[in-house]
Amino acid sequence: MTDITSTATPAPLRRTALHTTHHGHKARMVDFGGWDMPVQYSGLIEEHMAVRTAVGIFDVSHMGDIQLRGPNSLNAVQKLLMNDASKLQIGQAHYSAMLYPNGTFVDDVILHKLGENDYLIVINAGTREKDIQWVRKAIGSMSGVHVTDVSDYYTQIAIQGPKAETTLQKLTNADLKSIKNYWFTWGKVCGIHNVLIARTGYTGEDGFEIYIPADEPTSARVWSEVLAAGAEFGIIPCGLGARNTLRLESAMALYGHEISDTLNVFEANLGRYCKLGREPEQFADFIGRDALLAVQQSGGPAKRLVGLEMIDRGIGRDGYPVFAPDGALIGEITSGSPAPFLKKNIALAYVPIAYTAPGTELGVEIRGQKVKAQVVPTPFYKRPRSAPSAPIVTAPLS
Amino acid sequence: MSYPETYRYAKSHEWLLLEGDCATVGITDYAQSSLGDIVFVELPKVGQEIEVGSTFGSVESVKAVSDLYSPVTGSVTAVNDKLNDAPDTLNKSANDTWIIKVSVKSADEAKTMLSAADYEKFVAEETGH
Repeated sequence: MTDITSTATPAPLRRTALHTTHHGHKARMVDFGGWDMPVQYSGLIEEHMAVRTAVGIFDVSHMGDIQLRGPNSLNAVQKLLMNDASKLQIGQAHYSAMLYPNGTFVDDVILHKLGENDYLIVINAGTREKDIQWVRKAIGSMSGVHVTDVSDYYTQIAIQGPKAETTLQKLTNADLKSIKNYWFTWGKVCGIHNVLIARTGYTGEDGFEIYIPADEPTSARVWSEVLAAGAEFGIIPCGLGARNTLRLESAMALYGHEISDTLNVFEANLGRYCKLGREPEQFADFIGRDALLAVQQSGGPAKRLVGLEMIDRGIGRDGYPVFAPDGALIGEITSGSPAPFLKKNIALAYVPIAYTAPGTELGVEIRGQKVKAQVVPTPFYKRPRSAPSAPIVTAPLS
Repeated sequence: MSYPETYRYAKSHEWLLLEGDCATVGITDYAQSSLGDIVFVELPKVGQEIEVGSTFGSVESVKAVSDLYSPVTGSVTAVNDKLNDAPDTLNKSANDTWIIKVSVKSADEAKTMLSAADYEKFVAEETGH
């Protein structure tokens, strides 16, 4: 056995306001994009299963937040991001991405429309500085838009799982049932007014992300009140390890893995979030559009992200090479892991278009040994949709 | 964490119990705890010759792969097949869960391994506690 002990930390890592709380839970901490974050508490599989079957709580305060305000903010957002922000209503959010002129990724984001001329872009932790610089560079010369890095103003807590709504409802006056997926509202949470409550997450499960003031006592108090509210459902704190396996089962992209500055939108299979034909004309253009139109006109990308399921025993992991049936090296796994809920070994990988059809049998080299895997549709896991909130009408007994 | 005194320990976190020329090898309580949920164990074949310090298999948790290093030279006489279906047995009781049995060439190699007390000290130094 080797490499199982952590080495000494080189540079001082950044801490969230819940750092002391995590140590209180005896969390195992890791360096994640320069942040000292909990990778697991009681155990990755247990944490993963809690979110799939009940409810879990995550500290995601390391995520960054950029606010764009002013009369020209919609124009700025439309220039920066590939989805069509003009379609958003106040209180609505959607998945989008900031692109380089060549159509590859600066970062993927969640855009929230807070008000007329007021937008919040939630960005990844490891790309915070790069992203804010990119935003300032890309729209710095535009008048009528004010860019603020509000990342450090919030402790962001994710409450995820089928019991997330019931858990959080005990602590807020907001009517959570009325918040649709990817919508948000403001409400009183644990006595704090005007808390942003969004029905978003990165687990493939129903759930909420709340944005509370970033001071330590408030953060710790809200955290423990959520834990108390969810106790009857068996809520447990969940770390980045479970967050990763949960998002992988749901085939959600992770920056630096499925998306990066060398992969474009079509390759990453995210074309449905990219609006090349926006109207009116003033909204048509965004950074990266011309390159993506060229890709489209040339017949689409040469390779694409696919889901793999291992057929043979063995776990395909990040960076492992992928082979065609004839033995030719054709690609690489970007994320691979055992899937704790599905109880299969799954992976995401880039392969040439000819090998992307579900059922295609491919090889994965696991430390010198080639094993069989097959292309499967994604997401690997799709949560069961809950019954509609309207009363269920049953046929009268006669 | 517990480290039985009858075992000898490698700095690569395997334990070894020597009975005559038969060595039983497993991973330490500290190793299983550091790895977290173990989901896969790659075992050698019976009859395989292994050398001291060489890898004879691997243990995988959800997040990581860790090679297994042989603390002795010899040939594998048995592998614990039960770990194929229940790898998490290693998490539940690392001290009572053997991985391989080896017919050792020389008992001297085992003598250079750490005692329970020295291994515990080594782990404490390594983790800085």
